[in-house]
Amino acid sequence: MRLALRVPRRAATATVVALLATVVGCAPQSDEKAADTPSGSSSGAACAKGALATETSGKLTVATDQPAYEPWFKDDKPANGQGFESAVAYAVAQRLGYDKSAVVWQSVPFNKAFAPGEKTFDFDINQVSISDERKKAVDFSSGYYDVRQAVIALKGTKAAQAKSVADLKGLKLGAQVGTTSLDYIEDVVKPTQEAAAYAKNDQAKSALRNKQVDAIVVDLPTAFYITSAEVTDAEIVGQFENQGAAPEQFGLVLDKGSALTPCVSAAVDALRKDGTLAKLEQQWLSDAVDAPVLT
Amino acid sequence: MTVTKAAEEPLDAYTPSQRRLERERYRRTRARKATAIAALSTLVTAVVLYLVVVNAPGWQRTKETFFDGHYAREALPKVLEGLWLNLRLLLVCGAAVLVLGMLIAIARTLRGPVFFPLRVLAAAYTDFFRGLPLIINLMIVVLGVPALRLQGVTVDPVLLGGTALTLTYSAYVAEVFRAGIESVHPSQRAAARSLGLTNRQALRHVVLPQAVRRQVPPLLNDLVSLQKDTGLVSIGGAIDAVRAADIIVGRSLNYTPYIVAGLLFVALTIPMTRFTDWVTARMDRQRSQGGTA
Repeated sequence: MRLALRVPRRAATATVVALLATVVGCAPQSDEKAADTPSGSSSGAACAKGALATETSGKLTVATDQPAYEPWFKDDKPANGQGFESAVAYAVAQRLGYDKSAVVWQSVPFNKAFAPGEKTFDFDINQVSISDERKKAVDFSSGYYDVRQAVIALKGTKAAQAKSVADLKGLKLGAQVGTTSLDYIEDVVKPTQEAAAYAKNDQAKSALRNKQVDAIVVDLPTAFYITSAEVTDAEIVGQFENQGAAPEQFGLVLDKGSALTPCVSAAVDALRKDGTLAKLEQQWLSDAVDAPVLT
Repeated sequence: MTVTKAAEEPLDAYTPSQRRLERERYRRTRARKATAIAALSTLVTAVVLYLVVVNAPGWQRTKETFFDGHYAREALPKVLEGLWLNLRLLLVCGAAVLVLGMLIAIARTLRGPVFFPLRVLAAAYTDFFRGLPLIINLMIVVLGVPALRLQGVTVDPVLLGGTALTLTYSAYVAEVFRAGIESVHPSQRAAARSLGLTNRQALRHVVLPQAVRRQVPPLLNDLVSLQKDTGLVSIGGAIDAVRAADIIVGRSLNYTPYIVAGLLFVALTIPMTRFTDWVTARMDRQRSQGGTA
């Protein structure tokens, strides 16, 4: 009898040991970075040039999705400094005191960049629109680009004749998931047919080519790139007017409560003030001058 | 058992011996102890896990990001709407898969040299579609077929996606059926033939009923798997439950809609499992009562 009871006891001991191991294994990650940096103050002292509390000290880790699309990046190589966002990232790094060799690029999927938990990058640059709702999950720098949304359709179709938002109502529209483009369809156009939502713009382009949708919505620079290089038998139907008082802007994404946010924001503001952002826009997005506005 | 009332009982009545009573008492205490230990260890495990999760440094943010009532309420109607698409696909594709899978399995197990090409074709089909990753199959069918610009062929992503799912899953199910058919002992077929049944009758009345009954659990597995994979038709832009959640997540960066969609899928699977368990149990009962299944 006693023997029979000894087995559970041993098992119980083993269980307790296993549980303890679990607890130890799940012990909180140390939060050194947060501890030794004063955060929240954007004073010059906190933003010591080239010596910020970055992911890897002495290096600035910048993330973007793969593939990286034109005209934001060139040849899917974010590190070459070509394309608008690559150039902006290097300009911001320069401002923060990190020269080209100290910038490390990392490929992080769009969704992964916002997941809670420790970030593996210092900031993410991936055409992410700033919104109050999103600010609950991540930190944004100030906006580095004022974006407009545009509609693309195949030449000669009914969709290509649209002059106003009302003309789009009866069409089958498509856009990429997680983009403000999709929000524009649902909130501004309010189409009679359910919009098609694609995981990637590539699939939206195929669907447009295959006539599975009448028109797709993307941001204006992307629209210019698609119509000039990728789907050449498509044209830009027009762009949407801004919704709300402030223009929609792309911002750099940082970890919620990151000590770098004020420094990165200050760097972006300085680049806007001294005309660097305007110059880069001219250089990389100059095609995206203007498209007719859909009233 | 209480103390024996030997006095009131007739003489030849059975009275358990002292030893037996002792044994029963001992067994009861053992059972009680075991239950108590099991309950205690479960409780300790639950408490430890709870404490580990709740005391994690990131728990507050995790809670806000994954368990937010406001987003759950917003997501539920939209995810349910998407789930309706998943369900329709499951019903239509599920039926098509069962029929097609059965036909392929029968084609593979046909006897006789004249059926050689049919056997080879069926084998090639199952080999190819079991090996081809479903996502690539979907890409080719949903995005590639419309590019052919064929007259009269649909470009509807849902129909095309359903076709791709049926192609892949009928290959899986055909193998399940074939395993079932081959697991029926040859003596069954021999007995059926010796009773004067034709090959076809033997297959129809003797082999297949036994084969299908044995294959219910793996078939259910494939059905549940199909149910979850129906969501992949969203490649073509169709909005299913997961894509509906995706849309809200992308806008808000809050992951609660995924949890809502996940729980709904699980809730769908459980009744399905119970139903098939019940069907199997009923079949077994009928069989054990000597009825013909």
